[in-house]
Amino acid sequence: MLPETYKSELKDRLQKVGNPREMVVDVMLEVQEFYGWFSDEALEQAAVLLGMSSLEIEELATFYNTIYRQPVGKFVIHVCDSVICWMENGYGELIDHIGKKLGIGMGETTPDGLFSLLPACCIGYCDHAPAIMINKTVYGDIAPAKMDEIIETLRQEK
Amino acid sequence: MYPQVLLKNRKKDRILSLEEYREMGGYKALHDALTDESFHPRQIQELLLDAGLLGRGGAAFPTGIKMKTVPDDAPHPRYLVCNADEMEPGTFKDRVLILTSPHQLIEGMILAAYAIDAEIAIIFIRREYETAARALEQEIGRAREAGYIGKNLFDSEFDCDIIVHRSAGRYICGEGTALLNALEGKRANPRKPPPYPTVKGLWQLPTEVQNVETLCCIPHVLKNGVDWFKTLAVSKTGAGTKVFSVSGKVNRPGCYELPMGVKLSEIIEDYAGGMLPGSRFKACMPGGASTQFLPESMYHARMDFDDLKNAGFRLGTGAVMVFDHKTCLVEATANLMVFFARESCGWCTPCREGLPYILDLLNRIEAGEGEVEFIPMIRQMCSHMNYSYCAFAPGAAAPVESLLTYFEGEVMAHIENRGCPFKIGKVN
Ligand SMILES: Cc1cc2nc3c(=O)[nH]c(=O)nc-3n(C[C@H](O)[C@H](O)[C@H](O)COP(=O)(O)O)c2cc1C
Repeated sequence: MLPETYKSELKDRLQKVGNPREMVVDVMLEVQEFYGWFSDEALEQAAVLLGMSSLEIEELATFYNTIYRQPVGKFVIHVCDSVICWMENGYGELIDHIGKKLGIGMGETTPDGLFSLLPACCIGYCDHAPAIMINKTVYGDIAPAKMDEIIETLRQEK
Repeated sequence: MYPQVLLKNRKKDRILSLEEYREMGGYKALHDALTDESFHPRQIQELLLDAGLLGRGGAAFPTGIKMKTVPDDAPHPRYLVCNADEMEPGTFKDRVLILTSPHQLIEGMILAAYAIDAEIAIIFIRREYETAARALEQEIGRAREAGYIGKNLFDSEFDCDIIVHRSAGRYICGEGTALLNALEGKRANPRKPPPYPTVKGLWQLPTEVQNVETLCCIPHVLKNGVDWFKTLAVSKTGAGTKVFSVSGKVNRPGCYELPMGVKLSEIIEDYAGGMLPGSRFKACMPGGASTQFLPESMYHARMDFDDLKNAGFRLGTGAVMVFDHKTCLVEATANLMVFFARESCGWCTPCREGLPYILDLLNRIEAGEGEVEFIPMIRQMCSHMNYSYCAFAPGAAAPVESLLTYFEGEVMAHIENRGCPFKIGKVN
């Protein structure tokens, strides 16, 4: 369950905006952060808080790329697969390397629940291709060694 | 070296502070516009129109004309929306602009809001740009403390506040009318104008949607004048500078601010450091994934909205993506189609059904299962994209159509060889 303090703080914020719907993306992201993914319970909670039906929330939750309706790891690695990253030399090998390093394929989560791998559309860092985003942080100029380093650092951080 | 305007004060790894921005003459245009009694906000519209400022978000619509479509007696509150969704593959100029000088954007937004008497300004920003969103929030706070945002600005009657809205990631949200639905907390399907957003936009109230780069130009036009802005361009009909995001097979990918109308060859050779060693220029997309491939015959073309339009192409966002002779354009186009098919909002049939169909045929050609009759089939499906609800699907068809027109030989080689010539190792 969401903490009462969050709920009351959010109610205050919702009262200030003209229409609570304006904040639906913020609320979905915040509730998701609490639950780790956008579970059915998270969805119901968001619906109640916003005074929207769960169907309306579902329609939005399944629309956005960074609302996860299935369980994900603590660190979600979004790997850009759009044209500029794709045509970098060694891109194919890099993708294979990440999969092997984590022991999972695209769309999967490591058994320890730490990492998920998801394909992503151009993340706007084509000057630093290939680029990835982990949770809210973007990393550019990714090569296998750099990727290993990032993964190891995150493993320590857990 | 050409004159730098928007990126003039670019610092390595940090933003330009409010104090620095003021020292460079920042917020002077806003001060003058709001304190000069004889200056009417509508004059901003006239100035932008005379300066020939065209929208930098891809559609190249004249900013002054868009402002004029807000009716004088339109209801309030009115909105100004800054489009910082920037999900067009290859495009990253808006991120660089925000992280160079957030106050340049803030000043441009307040001036644009003043021009249409909007009291609420919203920055719609993609989630991947969290660093930029945070920088904006912080600098908006500073601008508010300094009296550039808020109530009764410079003791005038004009109030304006700026809000940062984070998206959760979908390319279609950048389309002007879909963006309004996203802001209202609805599924971001596009709306069909009329009524245009400037008449009935966000919450059915007048709303002007403008790209980051367009808004950044506004303070400079006001401060330095219409003629100055026009002479920045080196093409006949162009005006101002253009921030090009250059990527792909060049030595120095990055953002370069150059005169509107600069030659493509000049961008690649003099600024982006030339082609990578061992790479030869084959094609380039001049304005993101939804523009046509420019073939080698266009290597010296002027990168200007009109020049490219007259030659049958589009400058789009000025995201120059460079492809070399070793890159298979069939596979590259299939990659672009994966993007479009995945990002289609699915609202209208041509886009939802047509793009996966085109992708499937391209994949078959790439895999060596192509037939000659696929080419007219793809062409026909591309022409159906014009029946779609918004500009997404025609944009998606642009690279495919240009592939078939300018690189038919490469496509045919796939079909005749029953496989990708680049994979079989026939091209070197
Ligand atoms: C599918 C699609 C995506 C778009 N994405 C963006 C975007 O991310 N940023 C942007 O400024 N304009 C985008 N546009 C263009 C907008 O619809 C609109 O023309 C623009 O924001 C208006 O601002 P401007 O006149 O300053 O260019 C997109 C258009 C389409 C059809």
